[in-house]
Amino acid sequence: MLWQMWIDKNIRVTRSKLRVNKDQELMKNNNNDFSLNQQIPSMMVTDEAIDFRQYLSSAELSAIEHEASIMETREAAGIEALKVVQQHRGWISDDSLIAIAQCLNISSAQLEGVATFYNLIYRQKVGHYVIHLCDSISCHLTGYEEILKVIKRHLNIDYGQTTMDGRFTLLSNACLGSCDKSPAMMINGQHYQLLTAESVIAILNGLSQNVGASND
Amino acid sequence: MTDSTFDDSPLNAAWLDQALTQSLTKPLTHLVNIDQPLDFDGYVKAGGYMGATKALKEFSPKEVLAIVSDSGLKGRGGAGFPTGMKWSCVPALQEKKPTESSPFNHENSYLICNADEMEPGTFKDRYLLEGVPHQLIEAMIIASYTISANKAYIFLRGEYFLAAQRLQQAIDQAYENNWLGEHIQGTEYQLDLYLHTSAGRYICGEETALINALEGKRANPRAKPPFPQVSGLFGKPTVVNNVETLSNLPHILKHGSEWFKNLSPNSDPGTKMYAACGQVKNPGVWELPMGVTIRELLYDYAGGMKDGVKLKGLLPGGASTDFLTEQHLDTPMDFDSIGKAGSRLGTGGLIVLGDKSCPVAMVLNLLRFFSQESCGWCTPCRDGTPWAVEILTRIEQGKGCNEDLAQLHELCDFMWLGKTHCALAPGAVEPLKSAMRYFEEDFKQHIEQGCCPYVQGISEQKITKPNESNKEREASHGE
Repeated sequence: MLWQMWIDKNIRVTRSKLRVNKDQELMKNNNNDFSLNQQIPSMMVTDEAIDFRQYLSSAELSAIEHEASIMETREAAGIEALKVVQQHRGWISDDSLIAIAQCLNISSAQLEGVATFYNLIYRQKVGHYVIHLCDSISCHLTGYEEILKVIKRHLNIDYGQTTMDGRFTLLSNACLGSCDKSPAMMINGQHYQLLTAESVIAILNGLSQNVGASND
Repeated sequence: MTDSTFDDSPLNAAWLDQALTQSLTKPLTHLVNIDQPLDFDGYVKAGGYMGATKALKEFSPKEVLAIVSDSGLKGRGGAGFPTGMKWSCVPALQEKKPTESSPFNHENSYLICNADEMEPGTFKDRYLLEGVPHQLIEAMIIASYTISANKAYIFLRGEYFLAAQRLQQAIDQAYENNWLGEHIQGTEYQLDLYLHTSAGRYICGEETALINALEGKRANPRAKPPFPQVSGLFGKPTVVNNVETLSNLPHILKHGSEWFKNLSPNSDPGTKMYAACGQVKNPGVWELPMGVTIRELLYDYAGGMKDGVKLKGLLPGGASTDFLTEQHLDTPMDFDSIGKAGSRLGTGGLIVLGDKSCPVAMVLNLLRFFSQESCGWCTPCRDGTPWAVEILTRIEQGKGCNEDLAQLHELCDFMWLGKTHCALAPGAVEPLKSAMRYFEEDFKQHIEQGCCPYVQGISEQKITKPNESNKEREASHGE
């Protein structure tokens, strides 16, 4: 028993030492290369700084309350609440996350664990249209790579980026269930199937005009 | 897409007459109408809600269980577990009388319909959800009644917007017509049915992860036991069934278990939704008697291979099943036969690879999917799947070496059943390991020639979340 504890302890010490060395090495590399530090926000928003009753609109609040009422616990309405706010605001900012967590009486860390778990919850600002291009097996076998190239060239963005005019964001998506009509993509809930290099440009141009019209 | 309800026009009447001629041979799909699904009145006119009426008014829950057990219905979500047996584990249905020491509340259990269809190459549930939403609701009433559930949830994947819209409409109509709510059709039975739409994550299809997701937690799978039938959603007995499994119930109740057994010529009863996609002429989904051979499915229904392409291999039931090749074409597509051939029936959807496409690139695509969708809970999966992706990328780019193959074999062992928290990583191993067996020559050619022998570019890295690179772009634009 005792020797087991001794071994455990010593292994742990050695491991943590190794880890420190590795971390230092990483830091050194990062200073020369792109820095991880840049991704840490300089100003942290604390939970106390937000009052959800003021932050969330009455439409958002009543929709969240409805979702909470049909579940056994308030925390179970987490995904639905995130979707409600995203529908109103386009994405989930840190402030929105904290406000929803307060409203559901759970920690913002727990809600962040849920929010970051899902594809369709955006924790970064996205464009008016979010393109989810299916890259799973059926679309791979029917050549989605070509469609991807066309979209990238046409909009001049890469995966994860938004066009400068804020109209389009490009993301990949796991199988959209359109395998019999692949390649496929989804834009703001609408599915587009049997894509070709020509049709995808026509679709994007059509949507682009829609945004233009609604802005005028 | 706008949704219209079913009306009584002569055209629709003719369609319905035609559809009803197939009610005994294609029970699941004979009422499917993707353009204009039947509304409540249309569905009732077509014989809908008869199974539920029978269950609620003629049988006790235990009698319904006996009928379903006798029918031999097996789960259609991939594992093929007998449905009757799954239900019988619910404490309310066990022979033993509850004792004071037993902590279970028999009054309160849950039914969840697993409509989180996200297995690559699988689209059968979508067809049922969009084409005949009332069938699922009727089925859920029967199942909930059997396991004494007063609350039921449909766990639908977030990407199926059209299905969500149609299901919600059907649920509302069922409430209006007293098929949901209190005192259903004048009986003492009460059921509330809710639609929950997820937000896109493969692992939510695993039943315990699904339960965590529904509770608002991060959707990591839970350890089993306890099984959900004993302690599931909010700690209460919970049954999770696939859409297709449930959809069989109204018909089993309506026509009896003997009819269901006779639908199929072999030991696995009933019909099955089979599908084919990939490099075939006519991809699609068809309801056929259980046990149709791969050859029939591929050549008679899917129209054979695309022009100029020969069959290289296929996955018989979604991404997480072993490859089969030409030698297996005459294998019947049922749970036992496909198992004996070294794969799994899974979801019954063929993913077909032709000889002009690279099998290594295909496996790489599959492994990328699994590595991205790993929930990160256990080390073999979290670290093993990206590791396999790294090695496969190297091989596909022509930078691999022979040690890489040995390393892949080792990884397959490292991620196999019993070493992981759930079945995701073993599901990733199945196509990988079998590809290395059947397409060994291709792997070796990549290494020896230092390039991919197939004319096909390597797909780029995938990103599913908006990232920081925008800021960098903006910064560089500003300069």
